[in-house]
Amino acid sequence: MGEVKVSGVSVAFEKEDGESTLALDNVDLDIKDKEFVCFIGPSGCGKTTLLRTIAGLEMPDVGQITLDGEDITIPDSTRGMVFQEYSLFPWRTVIQNITFGPQMKGIPKNKVLEVAEKYLKLVGLEQFRESYPYELSGGMRQRVAIARALANEPKVLLMDEPFGALDAQTRNTLQKELLQVWATDQITIIFVTHSVDEAVFLADKIVVMSARPGRIKKVINIDLPRPRERTSSEANELRNQLLKMLAEERRN
Amino acid sequence: MSKVGTKEPRERGIEILSVTVAIIIWQLIADLVVNNKFILPSFTDVLFAFIKIIEGGILFTDLTISLLHFGIGILSALLIGIPIGMAMGWFKTVNRALDPLIEIIRPIPPLAWIPFAIVWFGLTHTSAGFVVFIGAVFPVIINTFDGFKSVPKVYVEAAKVLGCMSSGALIRHVALPSALPSIASGIRISMGVGWMCLVAAEMFGVSTNGLGYKIWWHYYLHQMDFVLVYMLILGFLGLFIDRVFRWYVNGQLLKWRAGVVV
Repeated sequence: MGEVKVSGVSVAFEKEDGESTLALDNVDLDIKDKEFVCFIGPSGCGKTTLLRTIAGLEMPDVGQITLDGEDITIPDSTRGMVFQEYSLFPWRTVIQNITFGPQMKGIPKNKVLEVAEKYLKLVGLEQFRESYPYELSGGMRQRVAIARALANEPKVLLMDEPFGALDAQTRNTLQKELLQVWATDQITIIFVTHSVDEAVFLADKIVVMSARPGRIKKVINIDLPRPRERTSSEANELRNQLLKMLAEERRN
Repeated sequence: MSKVGTKEPRERGIEILSVTVAIIIWQLIADLVVNNKFILPSFTDVLFAFIKIIEGGILFTDLTISLLHFGIGILSALLIGIPIGMAMGWFKTVNRALDPLIEIIRPIPPLAWIPFAIVWFGLTHTSAGFVVFIGAVFPVIINTFDGFKSVPKVYVEAAKVLGCMSSGALIRHVALPSALPSIASGIRISMGVGWMCLVAAEMFGVSTNGLGYKIWWHYYLHQMDFVLVYMLILGFLGLFIDRVFRWYVNGQLLKWRAGVVV
């Protein structure tokens, strides 16, 4: 199970001059098990803050977030996370990065390796097993980061603009691969992006956020059949609708 | 990876030529211009002195004793300096508490500690090791501290969401490996400083053996060719230790970093 419930969450950040800014203002959101949800919105709308709060890396000042009915207060292995910047441990090889999570859980060594091999295969990087991160391209690094997060067998995978630093071609490939992983692994994915194309291609549900303070503007359910055609007329329609909404936000 | 020892033959040729020319000039100046073995021994004087020292068989004793002093100092600097630097880099309170003390003690030149070294430890190996320690410990502390302070936040957060939660686990699995390049360059600096302190400590009679002591002893005997031999041995030994350390760190310990690290 991986049901996330966000109820009445507000998060404020204290600035250096002592004033505080409201990053999230009274956010309510229900995410169903095995759902693929994208957060989209102008920069500074709090989409990353919402994701980090679900991860447990930030604490809500008001409200609560639950995963399958249990309160989230600190980070733990039920939620895996893939960061925008390259977050692989550079001193560990690819396989050692993937084994990190299970190792921390205290799972026996041979079992750890078994799980890691499975996810290494899932992202198709078996021949880079013993490479160090500096030897990998950006796309490969993010693939390993996904495998590392999944090896912990989390209920929810949180992704913070994971493909933002990649070129368009690699980005498209990784989106497709992510959908395959999602189909195989059957977990909930929450994905932050600033790309309308990406959201329309990936999501079951798009959460559009408005800026300062961060609020949910609209939740759009997407029923386009999978595998999706990037250039179908329905997809274009949706993209136009979303782009208009975002443009409106930017004007405000 | 490390580029040490992979120079082209042409570059090697230039290096050998440069050293040879320097030796010839040295020999000519000593023989034809200065012509005084006390003021400037020639290359051949030094060579013969070196052969005499080898024949005498005491070089090995002095070498071992100096390395013992050096080893005591550097090892204790690592054992004490690394944990202090780690604690200061990781816990803000520890930094607040220790930083003023360190800043007051650090500018005192290590050699100023020699009288206390003798009072506290007597004329022992520990005493010489202590002076080396004083010189070596601060670069270790400061570089470890720097390395720990600049651990990228994303590594810590990535580790936390992967279930690595306690300070102890985070230090061991994230901060320490991440800070290792900085710690390694701190150790390298501390070995350089420690090597200088070693000679001074031995010269001041903290010990009655060792390469530094021998320099002073031969000076009293006005055997400047012997003085020069020991100076050169100290130089080459220092170079050798540094090279071995760099080879180990770049090729083994930090092979996860592209290129030469320290």
